[in-house]
Amino acid sequence: MTPSPYFFLVVFCGVAFFFPVMPLILAWLWRRFFQPPKPGPAKNATYECGVESLGEAQIQFQSQFYLYAIIFLIFDVESIFLIPFAVAFTGLPFGAFVAILIFLFLLLEGLVWAWGKGCLNWTK
Amino acid sequence: MIDESLKGELQKQGIWVTSMQELYNWGRKNSIWPLQFGLACCAIEMIATAASRYDLARFGGEVFRPSPRQADLMIVAGTVTKKMAPQIVRLYNQMPDPKYVISMGACAISGGPFKQGYNVLKGIDRYIPVDVYIPGCPPRPEALLHAFMELQRKIDGQKLSGASQAEFLKENTPSEYPVPAFGAHDLEPPANLDVFHPPAIERA
Repeated sequence: MTPSPYFFLVVFCGVAFFFPVMPLILAWLWRRFFQPPKPGPAKNATYECGVESLGEAQIQFQSQFYLYAIIFLIFDVESIFLIPFAVAFTGLPFGAFVAILIFLFLLLEGLVWAWGKGCLNWTK
Repeated sequence: MIDESLKGELQKQGIWVTSMQELYNWGRKNSIWPLQFGLACCAIEMIATAASRYDLARFGGEVFRPSPRQADLMIVAGTVTKKMAPQIVRLYNQMPDPKYVISMGACAISGGPFKQGYNVLKGIDRYIPVDVYIPGCPPRPEALLHAFMELQRKIDGQKLSGASQAEFLKENTPSEYPVPAFGAHDLEPPANLDVFHPPAIERA
């Protein structure tokens, strides 16, 4: 009698299951019969770098950081978009040129606004 | 228990007889996973020990773990400042039993050249139990390997049951030790007297 061609797959799955699970079971049995459990506050702590954790993990960032977001857009993201614009400049249709001008205008408006607000002044 | 001569006789015939305790200790002593952290110049020697020239992997200790939860051995490699001592003790507390400590170098043993300093702990054995001390400033990788072999010998000799049962298997042996706090002038308490047994000075 020849075994089904999928029989080896079943054997493979069985081995793949028992190979990692058996050591875990053996370790659990060993702990159960030989090793007294010794839990404690430091052992059960969430953080494991030696420093005590402070406060909650779910914190909120303040909305004042919007200034950084806007200035990041103006000086960083804009330059990334300007490079492909400059490369493809001669082959651009008129509609694309207007679209990029609108994009630049919106960011320029942000720059004027940030400048007027005094965000670009270096604090002494 | 099987007779040693019978065991040797069987071994010649190709039959290996062992006990649960021997098998357990053999497995443990050949897979000691150290905690991956270094404090000062001794750490460089520890890194050299783990690297290819000295090759700690020959002794099964190459798996440096970045988490205390997976580590068996703490190699206190370097100067323990008073600022760092609570963190060391907390890391030791977070390691699962059985755990071992190697106090590497003069600083970890006694404060070393900084012993008179205001900010250096005068030996990590003030707060946690130490298994093997290595003298040297810093000790050479061979010395760390020697300490590692000494630790393996110690692990091999630990008993699973009976009167001389290993300490970590006893129900009432603590697994966590009190973490010192920063006091006004020193760590509070300056030493854990359950662990720290300084030699008595005999004056003539």
